Amino acid sequence: MSTPLETPSRPFDVHDVRRDFPILARPLPNGATLVYLDNGATSQKPLLVLDKLREVEATYNANVHRGIHQLGDRVTVELEAAREKIQRFVNAAESAEIIFTSGTTMSINLVAFAWGRKFLKPGDEILINEMEHHANIVPWQQTAKATGAKLRYIPLTADGRLDASHFDRLITTKTKLVAVTAMSNVLGTLNPIRELAARAHQVGAVILVDGAQSVPHLPTDVRDPAIDFLAFSGHKLYGPTGVGVLYGRRELLEAMDPFLCGGNMINEVHLESSTWADLPSKFEAGTLPIAEAIGLGAAIDYVQSLGFAAIHAQESKLLEKALRLLPQTPGVTIYGPSFEHRGSIVSFTVEKVHPHDLADLFDQKGVAIRAGHHCTMPLHDWLDVSATARVSFAFYNTEAEVDALIDAIHYARHKFRLE
Amino acid sequence: MNEELYDDYILDHYECPYHKGHLACPTCAHSEKNPLCGDQIRIELKLNDTGHVEEAFFNGKGCAISQAAASILCQHVEGKTVDELHRFQAPDMLRLLKVPLTATRQRCGLLGFKVLKAMMYSLDASPTPPAQQPTANDESIVATSG
Repeated sequence: MSTPLETPSRPFDVHDVRRDFPILARPLPNGATLVYLDNGATSQKPLLVLDKLREVEATYNANVHRGIHQLGDRVTVELEAAREKIQRFVNAAESAEIIFTSGTTMSINLVAFAWGRKFLKPGDEILINEMEHHANIVPWQQTAKATGAKLRYIPLTADGRLDASHFDRLITTKTKLVAVTAMSNVLGTLNPIRELAARAHQVGAVILVDGAQSVPHLPTDVRDPAIDFLAFSGHKLYGPTGVGVLYGRRELLEAMDPFLCGGNMINEVHLESSTWADLPSKFEAGTLPIAEAIGLGAAIDYVQSLGFAAIHAQESKLLEKALRLLPQTPGVTIYGPSFEHRGSIVSFTVEKVHPHDLADLFDQKGVAIRAGHHCTMPLHDWLDVSATARVSFAFYNTEAEVDALIDAIHYARHKFRLE
Repeated sequence: MNEELYDDYILDHYECPYHKGHLACPTCAHSEKNPLCGDQIRIELKLNDTGHVEEAFFNGKGCAISQAAASILCQHVEGKTVDELHRFQAPDMLRLLKVPLTATRQRCGLLGFKVLKAMMYSLDASPTPPAQQPTANDESIVATSG
C-alpha cells in the first residue's frame, strides 16, 4: 500500500527510541537483559501510551456517548479524536468507517457474520490461502458452512508466496470475497494486495485485508489500493490489548446488519423491533474499551512521530542481518521468501532442537521469541513441520539483538550437546 | 527460570528413549495431542494376569521435555500394578523428572502422564478393553521416530 503523507517530528536514533519503552530496560526475573523479539505476538508500549492510559483512567474516566457531565464530555471527545487519528492513519474517507472492535479476530468475525452471512449464497466462493492466521480461516469455514458458499485456497509457491499463476483460474465471477493477510505472521510474506484488490473488484468481489502484522510496520492506505475491509489490532501497534479496528467502506457497512446487538448500536427500540444507529455506532454495541481505544490513538501519534520511513529502514536492517546470519548458523532452516518479499518476521527451526526447547533456552538468555504453530496449523502442515521458532522485529530492536539471537542458538545447541 | 532444565538426565532420555516404539499386542493404548503446541504421545501397555504392567512403550513427537518425560514414565510404570498406577499422581510424575518445570512447561512434562491417566479411566470403564489401533496419524509417528 502506498505512503500517506507523514511528517516525522524527530530524527531516528534507536537508543533514544528505546528509552521511550520502559520495559526494554528492565532486567528480567532471572537477571538477564530482555531481548524482545516477539513483536508479532504483541508489541511493547511507549510511555506516551502508558501515560495516556493512566490519564484517561485517573482524570476523566466515564462512559462515552452517554454521560451528560464534564467527564463524559471529555472522554467522548478523546475517543472520537482517537477515531479520527486512525482514520487519517489508514487514509479512510471518513471517521465513521472506523469501527472499534476487540481486535483483529473480532474485526474479521464481524465481517464474516454481518456481511458474509447476509450476502453469501450457495455456489459463491470465498478465496483464502494456507498462510492465513486461524482468525482469517476459521470464520470463513463457519460462514461457508452456514451459507453454502465454497472455500477456495490460492496455492503457495515453494518459497511461501501466493502463486499468482492461479489468480486467473481462482478469481472468477463466482468469487464474492478475497480474504488475505497483507503480511504473513509466520513467513513474513508481503502479499500483492494491489493486484488482488484490482482482480477482486474486476469480478465484483470484495477484499478483506488482515493487517494485524502489516499495519504496525508499513504505511497503510485503504484507498490506494482501494480495499473494502481492513482488520488490525491495537496491541501489535504499540497500543493496548483489547482494542482493534475494522475499517469498512461506508456503502458496505451500511448494507450490513449489526453484528452484536445491545446498547449504543440502536436508534429506536420498540417492543417488537428496533432500528439501528448510524455508523460507526451500529457496530459498537455495549461499552467500548475506552481507555484502550484512546491509548491506541496515542500509539498512532507515537508511530507517526517516528515516521514509517525510519521504522522501515531500521526493521529492514534487522531483517537483512537475520536473513544473512541465520542460514550461516549450524542446523538452522528458515522458512519463507527472500528479503524483498518479506516484512520483519523470520520463522526457523534448528535441527534436533524442538522450537519449544529452543524458546525455553533462549529465555534463559533473555531472548523472547514465539515457538509453536503461531495459530497457523494449515501453514505448518504445508511446511511439513509441527512447530517453528519465530522472531519478529520492531523498530526498537537493535543489530546487537540479532547477534544475541545467534548467540542464543549456539547456546541452545551447546545445551543439547550439539556443539 | 531454571538453568538446569536440560540436564543430562532429560537429554539422555530424549536422545536414547526407553521403549520408544510399539508393542506387538498391547493390552491397552491411548494417544493424545496437545493442541496448543502439537506435541503428541501414544502409550501402549501390556498387562499380565496378575494386573502388573509387563511392558510399557511410547511413541510421539515434540519437545525434549514431553518426549523425555514419556520415556521416564514408561520406565517407571513397568512392574507396577494397576492400583499403583491409579495412585500415581501428577506431583509424582513431576518428581520423577527431577527438574522443576514452569507452569507452561508442565503441560509438556505431564502429557505422557495425561495419556496414561486417560487410559486408566478407559480401563476402568471396560475391564478388558480392546487396544486402540494406531491411527494413520500414529503411523506417521512410527515413520518419523527413527
